Amino acid sequence: MDLGIFIFQTLIKILLVLLIFSALAGFTTYIERKVLAFMQRRLGPMYVGPFGLLQILADGIKLFTKEDIIPTNAIKPIFKVAPVILPVSAFVAFTGVPILPDIQIGDTTFQFLIVDSDVGVLFVLGVMAVGMFSPLLAGIASSNKWSLLGGARTAIQLLSFEVVTGLSILAPLMLVGSLNLIDINNYQIEHGWLIWQQPIAFVLFLIAGYAETNRTPFDLLEHEAEVVSGYATEYSGMRWGLFFIGEYVNMYIVSFLVVLIFLGGFGEGTLLDGLCYLAKVLFFIFLFLWTRAAWPHVRPDQLMWLTWKVLMPLAVINIVVTGLLVI
Amino acid sequence: MNKEVIKGSQNYIPVEIEDYPTTGWQKFKQVVRRSLGKELFVGLWVVLREMLKFNIHTVQYPEEVLPLPSRYRAVHKLLRLLESGNERCIGCGLCEKICIADCIRMETKEENGRKVVSEYSINLGRCIFCGYCAEVCPELAIVHGSRYENASEQRAHFVLKDDMLTPIDFLKEQKEFDGFGAVSPNADKLIKKTPLAY
Repeated sequence: MDLGIFIFQTLIKILLVLLIFSALAGFTTYIERKVLAFMQRRLGPMYVGPFGLLQILADGIKLFTKEDIIPTNAIKPIFKVAPVILPVSAFVAFTGVPILPDIQIGDTTFQFLIVDSDVGVLFVLGVMAVGMFSPLLAGIASSNKWSLLGGARTAIQLLSFEVVTGLSILAPLMLVGSLNLIDINNYQIEHGWLIWQQPIAFVLFLIAGYAETNRTPFDLLEHEAEVVSGYATEYSGMRWGLFFIGEYVNMYIVSFLVVLIFLGGFGEGTLLDGLCYLAKVLFFIFLFLWTRAAWPHVRPDQLMWLTWKVLMPLAVINIVVTGLLVI
Repeated sequence: MNKEVIKGSQNYIPVEIEDYPTTGWQKFKQVVRRSLGKELFVGLWVVLREMLKFNIHTVQYPEEVLPLPSRYRAVHKLLRLLESGNERCIGCGLCEKICIADCIRMETKEENGRKVVSEYSINLGRCIFCGYCAEVCPELAIVHGSRYENASEQRAHFVLKDDMLTPIDFLKEQKEFDGFGAVSPNADKLIKKTPLAY
């Protein structure tokens, strides 16, 4: 392919991903508030626009026009740059996720995947994990004890859950024999969804995904009841907003990954399959909100207990059993 | 544990509290029961059920307003006689005397051989809404209304005589005050016996 066309296409795709998912991140905050409200017998935002739909716009205007406060004792360069890391890493990770199957128009195939790498899964998970530096640095640089505690909890979470993420995904990868997300998807066309072969890995990966995206029941980093707002205590305006765009984009990545690896992905790539794919992803987004409404937070010590004493041994046993069966 | 039956006609439900686990095996069983059994998934089911039922309890306040019980003591009103439309207030001055916050002032004058109230004002900055004025009034003229939205640019709003007096055009809509000690209409339903195990 001509290099110019390739660069142009890639730029367009990057722009699309950036625009669609920063808009979706905003829209998901609205959906989250509505779903949580309905589950708690409330109505949620109702005043701005029909059914409160324009609330996102109002929140956006508020975030952009709010004063950007930097505390006197904060380490200024790190404090300023920390919120950028999370959305950047999230969006970069998204380049490895096929958000839609390839579309055939005439003779040309339009590929939605930006980086078709042979180490797709590793790339996405690795870049996503870089985002954890954002709360860590923010917490350390804020010169606030709540922020510092939030930052320390980031370290705990990183140490605990990256292990489970990696180990849980190892077993299905052994079955597939490839790290390419498209290969994983194609493997499931022949062999059926991986969730039936690897139910334990599915549950472990989902739990680890919740911890990676700081969602309830593992949102220790900004536990309102314990550490005010955790690492984000000192942030205001759009810097605070960036953390949240990053968090919601990460939610989408985890949902896409779970569907791609365990639930058959987009299958053969027909229109119906594509729609099913998006529906499955949206179900996992809903699951994020659903658990937030239903379940309490866990304490940091419970989190470490859960990871090191329950989930990691389970993941290792799963790998050993899978390995024996593969041989 | 404490599973005494609470006597009486009320529907109090005693909470069942299990014994805390002491041995390792009991703790393990509790963890399994909580993570795989009822507790986690019952929680999920309960919130989903409430979402599907869509039984919303929100009162969208400026558009919807909850009815007030008749004993509610909001900003005062001066009522008129229903038949003739004349003011009920006879200017006896009892409310002025009994007011413990000393916030009621009235001016009276003689007109055609009758005592007429020309000015009547309540200083809401001082009023503690005790309701003594409404209780003492022999003519049921000064009563507590149901106007609780009293944010205003000036403290003196709502409480001059013209603000409180029922406009003569709206005489038909004037509601009779149930009396200072009136109970709410559904009071019988709300009553519960104190749970005492005699």
